[in-house]
Amino acid sequence: MSTSSPNSRVSLVSVPALAALSAALVGLAIVFAFWVAPEDADQGISQKIFYFHVPIALTAYACFGWGAWKALRLLWKGDEHYDLESYVAIHQGTIFGALTLATGSIWAKASWGHWWVWDSNQLVLFLVLFLFYSAYFMLRFSIEEGPRRANLSAVYALFGVALIPVSFFAIRLAEDFIHPTTFTRDGPQMTGSMFFAFCVCWIAITMVAYTLYRVELLGKRLDANLRELREILTA
Amino acid sequence: MNYLADVAALARKDLRLELRARDTLPAMLLFVLSTLVVFHFALPTGADEVAAQGLLWVALVFTALLGLARAWAPEREGGALEGLVLAPSDRSAIWLGKSAAVFVFLALIELVALPAFALFFSPLQAEAVLGVLLANIGICAVGTLLAAMAAASRTRELILPLLFLPLAIPLVVGGVGSSVSTDPGRYLLFLGLYDAVFAILCWASFEYVVSE
Amino acid sequence: MIAARAVEKRYGRRRALRPLDFRLERGGFLVVTGANGSGKTTLLRLVAGLASPSGGELEVDAGRSALGYLGHEPLLYRDLTAVENLDLYGRLYRVPERRERMGMLLERYGLWDVRAERIASYSRGMTQRLALCRALLHEPELLVLDEPFTALDAEGAELLDRQLAELAGTATILLTTHEPARVEPLASARVALA
Repeated sequence: MSTSSPNSRVSLVSVPALAALSAALVGLAIVFAFWVAPEDADQGISQKIFYFHVPIALTAYACFGWGAWKALRLLWKGDEHYDLESYVAIHQGTIFGALTLATGSIWAKASWGHWWVWDSNQLVLFLVLFLFYSAYFMLRFSIEEGPRRANLSAVYALFGVALIPVSFFAIRLAEDFIHPTTFTRDGPQMTGSMFFAFCVCWIAITMVAYTLYRVELLGKRLDANLRELREILTA
Repeated sequence: MNYLADVAALARKDLRLELRARDTLPAMLLFVLSTLVVFHFALPTGADEVAAQGLLWVALVFTALLGLARAWAPEREGGALEGLVLAPSDRSAIWLGKSAAVFVFLALIELVALPAFALFFSPLQAEAVLGVLLANIGICAVGTLLAAMAAASRTRELILPLLFLPLAIPLVVGGVGSSVSTDPGRYLLFLGLYDAVFAILCWASFEYVVSE
Repeated sequence: MIAARAVEKRYGRRRALRPLDFRLERGGFLVVTGANGSGKTTLLRLVAGLASPSGGELEVDAGRSALGYLGHEPLLYRDLTAVENLDLYGRLYRVPERRERMGMLLERYGLWDVRAERIASYSRGMTQRLALCRALLHEPELLVLDEPFTALDAEGAELLDRQLAELAGTATILLTTHEPARVEPLASARVALA
């Protein structure tokens, strides 16, 4: 069989252990965000969303970056397994991207009264990226499985990470003629304990993302192995 | 240099094909002019001159998409793309030759579209025209590669706009900025940056788009 | 010149070529037969470098400039003339004395009179003959032909017979066909795909 044990490539920590760790960290994060960190003077309770919104956004970037790295490895080395890893990473990234848009929207509503604001550069960037990576899936699902699909997905994934900084600058530049800038930065100023709570949340969410990545990868590899087994038995 | 000779031979081939078939260019021309007329009706009175400048870019991007959808059609018809891939020349030359030809087509269209725009709406500054040229490079480089990807997909023409539009957003920002901003230099620089980054990316990755 | 060890090709779940072993020495003539769907075309595409194997090893001792390929499609531009098509390939393959070589091939394959017409107006047999010219243009050391007789007319088939007889021994030839009897006298090896 070409794919050996599904877990053979990432071996250090088992999935159930990861899941348990993630659950624990998320619990801790919630405690920190809602009870330990002080309330923000300006925004009050709605600012709490920030503790999740920004880590989710950062995790999405990390997932896209990880997916692009795997894509690069695929094009460089040609080993099939990188394709699945790249795909799963980007899948996770898109999910977290959608969550970024959702939490960002909630925050916008709570802070400024609108479900969508073009003022938040981060939010606009995620909208563009969400469109881009949605097209990634449309591309992938419209091509037959095989090296062609793997190669095209990988190239497109690389275009994605190039797009992130370029879009960021574009959106910054667009401020001049799209909207007057009313908010200079997305995040409020953080005190020491706020920053600590933020870090806990960040670690927790990163751990959740990594766990989901491993779970999905495991599931897809098991699927593939099952299929191969079936083929061999019926051949 | 052999590489440039290959690129030239390939680009010449595309120009010759279009000259002979004459289907894509007239269609793009008619499309862009029709779009400009539609914009006149889509802009209510009181809308800025500035809004019209923005719409020029919408027209250009969608006209480019129209042309790009057919960019690889000649290669598809006789299976010629495989013939090019089999040749000892660098695969990136295939992309560069095709992009160059698409650039020429787009520039020819703009030779008519820009004066038409100036006539219907408002005159264009020199920076705007420079912006158009710089954005063209990006559109052709990225669009040609994405069109090759789309050709491999089951949904072909349907998927090209989806792949292209998110990548076109920075170009639109750069282009509109060079038209309306008080400091167009920044936007032109940005367009140059986009072109550099994505042209290099396309050049390096085209090999993988056509190989299995 | 070609060494294949357990070469196979899969497209996801679809198996296009079962693991195959064979060797083809320089100057050899290998005839590949098999039912439709057995992987003949896939095998030739792998040898030509149009696809890479999913498993096993495939060594082909000929670079792209030494390889001539004739597939199911002519690999030509329909709206260009024969001359323009061959000229483009001649440039890409850096054929020395391109014009002379083109002229020689066009004449040999009976296309000289129609050389300035768009190949969209050609019959199927004529197009296949031109495709053959394209494959032979750069005097390849390894010739990979996928059912070349299928699209040829009677005259073209005779010309190809003659050409293969000429090349056998000097060039290495890999050919698939539905009528192996035709090339049997020239064959140095045979492979039947299941």
